Amino acid sequence: MELELKGITKRFGSLVANDRIDLSVGPGQVHALLGENGAGKTTLMNVLYGLLQPDEGEILLDNKAVRFGSPKDAIAAGIGMVHQHFMLVPVFTVAENVTLGIEETRRSGLLDRRRTRKDVRELSRRYGLEVDPDALVENLPVGIQQRVEIVKALVREATVLILDEPTAVLTPAETEDLFRIIRQLKEGGRSIVFISHKLKEVQAIADTITVLRRGKVVGQRPPGTTEDELASLMVGRDVQLRVSKEAAKPGDVVLDVADLTVADETGRIWVNGASFQVRAGEILGMAGVQGNGQTELCEALMGLRPTASGQVTLNGRDLTHATPRQRLHAGVAYVPEDRQEDGLVGEFSVADNMVLDTYDRPPYASGIKLNLDAIASNAAERVQEFDVRTTSAQAPVGTLSGGNQQKVILAREIGREHKVLVASQPTRGLDVGSIEFVHRRIVEQRDKGVAVLIVSAELDEIYALADRIAVMYEGKITGFRSPTVPAEELGLLMAGATDQDPGPEPTPSAPTAIPGAGQ
Amino acid sequence: MSDQASSSGPAAAAKKEDEQEPHASFGQSLRDSILEGHTVTIIILAIFTGFVVGGLLNAFTNTTVLHAWGNFFSAPGHAIAAAWDTAVGAYVAMFEGSIFNPHTVAALFQQASFATAVHDGYLSAVFNPLSETCVQATPLILAGLAVALPYQAGLFNIGAEGQLIGGMILATYLGYGVSLPFFVHVVVCVIGGFVGGAAIGWLVGELKARTGAHEVVVTIMMNYIMIYFLAYLLSFGYLMQAPHTSNEITSPIAGDAHLPLLFGSHLRINAGFLIALACAAGIWWLLNRTTTGFEFRSIGKNPSAARVAGMNVERNWVLVMLIAGGLAGLSGGTVIQGTDFTLNFQSYGTYGITAITVALLGLGRPLGVVLAGLLFGALDAGAPLMQAATGTPVSMVQVLQAVIVLFVAAPPLIRTMYRLRATRAGGVGEVMSKGWNG
Repeated sequence: MELELKGITKRFGSLVANDRIDLSVGPGQVHALLGENGAGKTTLMNVLYGLLQPDEGEILLDNKAVRFGSPKDAIAAGIGMVHQHFMLVPVFTVAENVTLGIEETRRSGLLDRRRTRKDVRELSRRYGLEVDPDALVENLPVGIQQRVEIVKALVREATVLILDEPTAVLTPAETEDLFRIIRQLKEGGRSIVFISHKLKEVQAIADTITVLRRGKVVGQRPPGTTEDELASLMVGRDVQLRVSKEAAKPGDVVLDVADLTVADETGRIWVNGASFQVRAGEILGMAGVQGNGQTELCEALMGLRPTASGQVTLNGRDLTHATPRQRLHAGVAYVPEDRQEDGLVGEFSVADNMVLDTYDRPPYASGIKLNLDAIASNAAERVQEFDVRTTSAQAPVGTLSGGNQQKVILAREIGREHKVLVASQPTRGLDVGSIEFVHRRIVEQRDKGVAVLIVSAELDEIYALADRIAVMYEGKITGFRSPTVPAEELGLLMAGATDQDPGPEPTPSAPTAIPGAGQ
Repeated sequence: MSDQASSSGPAAAAKKEDEQEPHASFGQSLRDSILEGHTVTIIILAIFTGFVVGGLLNAFTNTTVLHAWGNFFSAPGHAIAAAWDTAVGAYVAMFEGSIFNPHTVAALFQQASFATAVHDGYLSAVFNPLSETCVQATPLILAGLAVALPYQAGLFNIGAEGQLIGGMILATYLGYGVSLPFFVHVVVCVIGGFVGGAAIGWLVGELKARTGAHEVVVTIMMNYIMIYFLAYLLSFGYLMQAPHTSNEITSPIAGDAHLPLLFGSHLRINAGFLIALACAAGIWWLLNRTTTGFEFRSIGKNPSAARVAGMNVERNWVLVMLIAGGLAGLSGGTVIQGTDFTLNFQSYGTYGITAITVALLGLGRPLGVVLAGLLFGALDAGAPLMQAATGTPVSMVQVLQAVIVLFVAAPPLIRTMYRLRATRAGGVGEVMSKGWNG
């Protein structure tokens, strides 16, 4: 089926979310829509899926104009969508979720479960989806849940499949699996619209790349286009994908973690005897596939989770059992992994969030009394300095884009006195422009002599920032490497290869290809 | 959906509560909270709708009206007039009982001289309705604050009733059990009321902080415990029962433990009302101008971010419940020291439960609680005259209160009725749901 969008325009008040957009997707093609957050990708897809009505323009299917009044029409026409946030019922099985809304019944009026299960199994086999129809959705990892969404679309006979930021929630290995599935679907003659703001992924999977910026198509490129070109198209100016930094000048050990073990309430051990040191003026990058104890490590470092054994010292001061506040006061700056959950109070103003962990100290408070003038002038200063795009410092921080929210957190954390910066997934979900900004600020901290610990599941980020790389696997640190080692070697460590020589210097690399490690 | 939904989602969910400009004066905040946002509009429309529905209910449960409607086709004008008269008549009587009664003014001007008018209480009679409204509003405002404050910190305090009883017990005991000089005695009793309630609130907070017990369950259970504890205290002479009686009642508190009357002996309005207003202002200041309030609000909006920012969530739970309990206790104290002077097994009335509605109607904000408390106080104050003048049962007031709250709790209903756009989701209904999830 040939899908064509012609001159689609969608306005929200004075904002033109889509401005005369043309797009065509042929059968068996993967068409990537690349653009920053807010460029209009999702709006366009919502128009295509019948969730929004275009103000101008038309949708053509095999050269016939169609109108989608609702997603129902779109589904009937063979368009399927996998949303960024899955629309699944957690307590239902895969088969039940797939059949929800189009239940097959037997003549008796009872649900035909066997038939659904068979359908799921068959589709799953044909496209290598490997989904068990009887598994409960809530027990499945995110990557598999996404496949359930794909199966849902396929069962409804989708020939055009829209994937909205499908890799945002996936680990590198899951991403690799998804790409394999996409290729199989493509061979099966289905068309894929792949929405993303990640350059590497788009290059890896797309047949054609359409770049959107501020609601307009700014270019169409083949997948061979360089990252730099795509990035500058997307952002509208030249972007440094990798911040330039000089060689680190490490000083004394600031953060010393010795044999740290962290368990959760159920007794499961998440961090198992991890030992590492971070020196002043260096960035230690903690690499590893998500879910190998990095989150728990950071939480333990911040005192949010009790330490089972081991020791954490900061400039020789024992912080192992200190409260979060004591650690903050001791000079730990912390950028949490989940900024909306742990880093910000969404309904508070930008100004209040800028002092979320310093509100009780001068100049923001004298005694019990808040000093609103100081809070306001601090906010005005930081908004300027960090280029936070907000209508006012009094706007609720929840209304800001992810990049600007992260700037608020960074501004707060590096704005107060600190000796060590712990940043977990500092650029997750951010667009290229914001990533550049955040990376530049982090390197700046290092150059000021701060000890920096970066935890990231993105190897690109680790390579861009780290002066030294540690790899975590199942709660253990499997090795330390220099950022000059090939990704394959890190991949090996990330997959659990044990390291005979855990010294900080790189060992000769073993060139073994690990799928997923390059992402 | 995602781009649109995720960008508008938090914006829509963001409530107006904390958006006051940091430099806003109290007056400016007052103006803001009256003018701002759709939640306030909805509250006002809900109250209006409540009165309309209440009027209809009143008219069509009245036998005279129903009889007139039975003859609708022979005398339609009469039927409609009868309904109108009944509904409006009740409200007029209520207004006269709670705000201002023209007859008392007429009486005032018929007096020989202003001096005798004042002396004989004619001037007081003019202000008596307002005085009664304030008297009725006092415990509602204080107990309403006891619900609103924890709400700001993400806790749902159903236990104003039990805390109020705690305050009553201690204030009453100090009132009749000890003798102190005049001024000191009042102050000690007021503080006693606060402490009595705070002890109960503290217990709830401590249970939640240490064991994770849900405050809703604990406070509801504490209410029962306190009700029966009170009955127990009042059943034995060697505890709190007054001597030489078999009734469940204490001795009256000493005269110098009474809250001073504000405008002479003809009006019941007393210093309790000032305490309530001062507490509302104090809570506003605490929430918006202090580090403690900043912590309360942070924990209320996002406990995990608060924890990461170094705040001690558990300690704040205890503190906020302690203060809330104290406010409820004060509420009980003002009833004993201001109007009742003795404590019996029903003294706690329905203040503790109405407090939840008052906090809900007041959007969980101190100023809102004051206004809601005054409204409910006026309804209560006007009820007796309404019954006396028009024969409308006093329970009509409860129906009215219930209908208002019903509409306040269902903003979509009001939006649909008045075709308002749902630009600002959240609001009042969230008070309930959030309390339960918190």
